[in-house]
Amino acid sequence: MKLSLSWLREYVELPAAVSAEELERKLVDLGIEVESIVDQAATVVGDLVVGRVLEIEELTGFKKPIRFTRVDVGNPEPQEIVCGARNFSVGDLVVVILPGGELPGGFRIGARKTYGRNSNGMICSAAELGLSGDHSGIIVLPEGAGVPGVDARPIVGLDDVILDLEITPDRGYQMSVRGIARELSYAYASAYTDPGAATAPGATAEAPWPVRLDDTVGCDRFSARVVRGIDPSAPSPEWMQRRLVTAGVRTISLAVDITNYVMLELGQPMHVFDLNLLRGGLLVRRANAGEKLTTLDGVARVLDAEDMVICDDSGPISLAAVMGGETSEVQPDTVDVLLEAAHWDPVMVGRTARRHKLFSEAAKRWERGVDPRLTLVALDRAVALLTGHAGGTVDERVLDLDHVVAPAPVLLDTTLATRRIGVAYDVEQVTTLLGQVGCAVRGVEPLEVTPPSWRPDLVAPIDLVEEVARLGGYDAIPSILPPVHGGGELTPAQTRRRTVGRALAENGYVEVLSYPFVAPGVADAFGLADDDPRRSAVRLTNPLSEQEPLLRTSLLASLASTLKRNLGRGERDLALYEAGTVFLPHLTAVAPPALGVDHGPSAEDWTAANAIVPEQPWHLAAVLTGEAAPAGWWGAGRPATWSDAIEAARIALSAAGLTPDRITVRAAEHAPWHPGRCAAIAVDGTVIGYAGELHPGVLSALELPKRTCAMELDLDAIPAAPVTQARHISTFPPALIDVALVVDEAVPAAEVEAALTEGAGPLLESVRLFDVYASAQLGAGLKSLAYKLTFRAPDRTLTVEEAVAARDAAVALASSRVGASLRGA
Amino acid sequence: MSYRNDPYDPKQAVLLAPEALDAAVAEAEQAFAAAADLDALGALKSVHLGDRSPVSLARREIGSLPPHAKSEAGKRVNVARQAVQGAFDARLAELELERAARVLVEERVDVSLPWDRTPRGARHPLTTLMEHMSDLFVGMGYSVVDGPELELEWANFDALNIGPDHPARGLMDTFYVDLPGLVMRTHTSPGQVRTMLAQQPPIHVVCPGRVYRTDDLDATHSPVFHQLEGLVVDEGITMAHLKGTLDHFARAMFGPDARTRWRPHYFPFTEPSAEFDVWFAQHRDGPRWVEWGGCGMVNPRVLTACGIDPERYSGFAFGMGVERTLMFRNGVSDMHDMVEGDARFTRNFGMAV
Repeated sequence: MKLSLSWLREYVELPAAVSAEELERKLVDLGIEVESIVDQAATVVGDLVVGRVLEIEELTGFKKPIRFTRVDVGNPEPQEIVCGARNFSVGDLVVVILPGGELPGGFRIGARKTYGRNSNGMICSAAELGLSGDHSGIIVLPEGAGVPGVDARPIVGLDDVILDLEITPDRGYQMSVRGIARELSYAYASAYTDPGAATAPGATAEAPWPVRLDDTVGCDRFSARVVRGIDPSAPSPEWMQRRLVTAGVRTISLAVDITNYVMLELGQPMHVFDLNLLRGGLLVRRANAGEKLTTLDGVARVLDAEDMVICDDSGPISLAAVMGGETSEVQPDTVDVLLEAAHWDPVMVGRTARRHKLFSEAAKRWERGVDPRLTLVALDRAVALLTGHAGGTVDERVLDLDHVVAPAPVLLDTTLATRRIGVAYDVEQVTTLLGQVGCAVRGVEPLEVTPPSWRPDLVAPIDLVEEVARLGGYDAIPSILPPVHGGGELTPAQTRRRTVGRALAENGYVEVLSYPFVAPGVADAFGLADDDPRRSAVRLTNPLSEQEPLLRTSLLASLASTLKRNLGRGERDLALYEAGTVFLPHLTAVAPPALGVDHGPSAEDWTAANAIVPEQPWHLAAVLTGEAAPAGWWGAGRPATWSDAIEAARIALSAAGLTPDRITVRAAEHAPWHPGRCAAIAVDGTVIGYAGELHPGVLSALELPKRTCAMELDLDAIPAAPVTQARHISTFPPALIDVALVVDEAVPAAEVEAALTEGAGPLLESVRLFDVYASAQLGAGLKSLAYKLTFRAPDRTLTVEEAVAARDAAVALASSRVGASLRGA
Repeated sequence: MSYRNDPYDPKQAVLLAPEALDAAVAEAEQAFAAAADLDALGALKSVHLGDRSPVSLARREIGSLPPHAKSEAGKRVNVARQAVQGAFDARLAELELERAARVLVEERVDVSLPWDRTPRGARHPLTTLMEHMSDLFVGMGYSVVDGPELELEWANFDALNIGPDHPARGLMDTFYVDLPGLVMRTHTSPGQVRTMLAQQPPIHVVCPGRVYRTDDLDATHSPVFHQLEGLVVDEGITMAHLKGTLDHFARAMFGPDARTRWRPHYFPFTEPSAEFDVWFAQHRDGPRWVEWGGCGMVNPRVLTACGIDPERYSGFAFGMGVERTLMFRNGVSDMHDMVEGDARFTRNFGMAV
């Protein structure tokens, strides 16, 4: 909201010199956000002076008529200036910007040759100076406005300070000169004249125009005045135009400009009708669903049964409180007008504005709350302005249908402010501060506080406490730590996310965070089966990009895009990971039970409501491509392979506190992985994720490098880490025995190892596969697995015979279970 | 002079003569000292200490002496032999030290060769920063609360005094989904609602996490970003406690000079409310106030909706953007860097932030 300081000064007595910095500080301390404070005089740089036109020479032969002028700007020699405007004569006083100056918008003025003549400066229009939208010609000053050469800024009104303020949604009263002036009066402790408290004629027995109010909930007050015989050609006065332009409001016609002016000044939105375009009396009612109205912006709107409308005999002529209709609009030849000021239900206006996407200046004020006691004052101000500038006769009759309910008093415990804020406010202070904002305070304990009509936001004791704290100043609040409280700790799941993330990072993985929005095509690119549950995803109804409306059901979808972006930026060797939520859908869309706000929801309702919230487990995923270890002076590099992806899963599970014996890794076929290079990762027999090389078809569809590998785990499915039990450390020497077993190439190494471990019995301390070998000599379809077995007893040095017996038992079980034979045996 | 070629004559006792032994010792000492390396010294060992060395030959001659002379001659030979052995050992130690020193020189490598054989990983600075911020509150006795990102509309809005017609509901640019009653949470406050529904005061929690608003991605906005919000509800909690907590947090984050400055503001879920700036002395463009977050006393309507008696309890809440904090704290100039997942951005931070 933009306002000028001069306008505010009409109602609050500010010091003659007010620095922008101080003004901003005071506004901010009042809770009014300051976008900018602009000294208009500084918007035009350099010499802007009064000039008198001495000679005009008409230049011909150009596309448009051009004038070459000589202008007295107070120097011995007249200034030669080329000008395209024609609305002035010799002897007129004009506004000249001299070379070296700069107009708003950074338009620099120099001496230059144009239309064959030298032009040293420019004669300015109001639009060029940012004063109004008037481009029709240059400014011609009234005789006696100033002598040539004097600064023209104060003469044209370019000496104001413009405040651009952001008003919070609870404080509708601040959306006016009236409201801001009131606030500044607290800050500067200076006198304030409330323009809303002006006296105005009340309702007369007879109305100036018949009006029926059908819905006093949607509209609890409707007032109107009539003026006849105005001069339709009377323009809006320059000062009014200037203030409207400053506020960002387009100037239209005197009657409309006045309604906007009064709205900016008092905060009361108004509407003006051409009385002669009204067909019969007015009716204020709810719209009928499906009714149509073409609003002033030329849009034909279909109305809702909740909208309020003003109708005449022809039907709706105005979308109440939001925007007028075309048929009753003020015309260039309008002579008789009906001015309306009403009070509308803020909830209704908010809904109507949202429904029709019409966030007009009026709607913004209604939604935030408008003083219901303003209609007659606003009408009187408008009528005075109108007749003052366009003549006409005021109809003495005044319509005022008033159903406004007075604000209820709020009972305020005098200690509440102190107890909530932590500042010792005494009763006098509370009473004074509340009185300043316009409350009537009575009683002793509790105080009986009646808020003013313009503060519909003050309904509960805490609302009053807020005003006490705000006007008392937040700087007065001491800084005290609350009493010490014990018991802060992370949950096991939070700790796990941290340790798992750290472990991957320490193993060369780089964490990225991706948006969870994915394209529907990802499911196809991933080669998911038609009935794959990952296909059914929650869909955003208002996605940022229509291409990516789905919430991810797998982290790999977003991670694949991130990988691709990094490759596109020239990276070759990448190992990325992400930990985040995935969104599993509910296949049945049931609305949650209605939960009120007057008390906490019942346990049943809360449970039922949460039952419809989709599961959102934390997943962990990694992708890798290029070299896992680079080549260097030490030797060759090593490409990232499926085994690195599985290792990433093992690293994560180990960091989660799981011992290797609880983890099984077995071959699986699971999209989007390569069916021959995919492992299902299970903990205690439950599959919690997959790892391996991605399917070549998927990589081709996603345009990712061949052999790209990936892993994804459900972090929330990992069981909590148990309290680790210490193991007995034997101090006796180990017995080391190597065995090479020949098995069918299809036998998983994990099974061979499991058989060896089980067969070896308790003396086996560790088993380590150190070689995998296949050759023609060995035989087609066979492979050799070489293991180093370490045996040790807790209580004695093993004999060779004991170790060999354990080795034999291990081999025997491997032989019977997976058909292993000792190599060379 | 050498004895090696002399024919052995048991009758001959000349080798036991003190002068002869002294000469043999002197000769050995001289020879050992002249040995240039361990190999040369090794070769001299048999000459001066071996079976046919003068001291060994002298010992053999003892048998030919008369009994009365044997003892003295034996002592003489022993002394001489010990002297020769001592000279040898000393030179051996010297040469071994020399060799050890030489080996160390020869084994010298270029330690400046790059060792980037193991690619370095890194954690995203937003993750690390969020953990750091959470930990500071854990140290003050707070618990850390997670909540669903796809959240009940009631928990995201209604329970927080943002009714269906509240103007603030229009200001929150919400992502809606094709399931009734659910939205992408626009702040982490529903996590606080869930906490209040799950337990009675005293409550001390922070809710870090991802939130969603329909802003287009630009240098300072992202439709997906992170917040850390805090909530304390107990008997006797005041706005002064809020100020103390935020000032303490600011000092823990930014050093002893940090403090907060408040501006009255409006939030539906707190009253009174404030936006706060922090004095950030380490700003790369010089010390300054930086907008940091919002805070206030929990609106009694919120406590009521969450089943907590607002007559008995009061509370405060606060929140700040993690991206915003990272931007001014670590000099990140563009939001794109934080959300695009460029590995170079993350790697720069390593394991810390």
